[in-house]
Amino acid sequence: MASMRDIKRRRSSIQGTQQITKAMKLVSTVKLQRARSAAEKSKYYFDSMYRTVNSILSRVGHIEHRYLVPGDSPRKAVVVITSNRGLAGGYNSNVVKLVTRNDALKKEDLDIYCIGNKGRETLARHGYTIREDLPDVIEDPLYSEVNALTARLLESFEKGEIGEIYLAYTFFKNTVSQEPRLIKLLPVVPEESESESNAIMNFEPEDVEAIEMIIPKYISSLIYGGLKEAIASENGARMQAMDNATSNAEEMIDKLSLMYNRARQGSITQELTEIIAGSEAIS
Amino acid sequence: MADTFALRIITPDKVFYEGDVEMVEFNTTEGGVGIYKNHEPMTVIIRPGVITITEPEGEKRAALHAGFVEILQDKVTILAESIEWPDEIDVERAQSAEERARERIASKAGDVDIDRASIALQRALARINCLK
Repeated sequence: MASMRDIKRRRSSIQGTQQITKAMKLVSTVKLQRARSAAEKSKYYFDSMYRTVNSILSRVGHIEHRYLVPGDSPRKAVVVITSNRGLAGGYNSNVVKLVTRNDALKKEDLDIYCIGNKGRETLARHGYTIREDLPDVIEDPLYSEVNALTARLLESFEKGEIGEIYLAYTFFKNTVSQEPRLIKLLPVVPEESESESNAIMNFEPEDVEAIEMIIPKYISSLIYGGLKEAIASENGARMQAMDNATSNAEEMIDKLSLMYNRARQGSITQELTEIIAGSEAIS
Repeated sequence: MADTFALRIITPDKVFYEGDVEMVEFNTTEGGVGIYKNHEPMTVIIRPGVITITEPEGEKRAALHAGFVEILQDKVTILAESIEWPDEIDVERAQSAEERARERIASKAGDVDIDRASIALQRALARINCLK
């Protein structure tokens, strides 16, 4: 049986850890609220963007455009959004798994554009090619930075270095549930369902030129939207992880307190027995 | 009084403007346009310029830099990458940007990206004109 002092030391160390996890939970709760309202505010833009692009493409579906067909290169680019900090449960590894466990994405054929340190560390260890590493974007996402990234991706696509572009991020369903997602950014595949009113839409400039200008904006907006969702998800995941850690610590503290009290009681009993035995021997 | 239609201006970060308006004017790649209610459905791409929103109560102006517009008969949605109210504009910065852009265009050096410089110029002018 562990000595009283050992148990006491162990318990106070767990109490220290619990204080940290508790504080982290509070911090991520506040951050989550902010990130969530930011994600909700920007949602309008992406929903409208998505709808508009889809309705445009469904009307000009027969058009041949290089953004609508895969490029010749077998290489694929994946933009992976993870966090810079850990202690967020399975948040980062779930996103990484989307890439590593996907049979369609072969390690040799991938160019990874990493937003967030944690994903880069893991993917680099697995031997993936990291084309770009952008840890700062996640701290304070600016639309202009995302635009620049899109421009670089499209340039690479035009040069024929990559044939397809994907985005791996975590979709924020609600506070307790986040879902890692992998979506294809390019070539753009219009959704088949066309239920909305078939109003005739004119374009100024012409269709092809319009697609040329709108698609880059569309990709930027998807990446930016993914980024906002990912930040909300990160804080949600961390809040949950820290909540679990806090209650686990609580459980351990309870157990250790019980052990400590038993040990204390045991030592008192033993001392008493010794005294009584001693006094009996004398009398 | 002219009929009103619903105008929504959305940026990646927020809903910038939402309301019923009589007319909205802005620059597109094909030139300046003014939209009233019951316009033909159309999608246009924005060039940097001043956007003038005519509400029943009066006019509002803002500097609109990039994005595109979906026009339906009773609803206009502007997806703006970047748009500013006059009080958000830094005049001095815009003026120095204008000078820089003009210099770059005038220099005609081989390494100058004329397209980019002229868009920067248009942007600076949109900001300045918006304040006039």
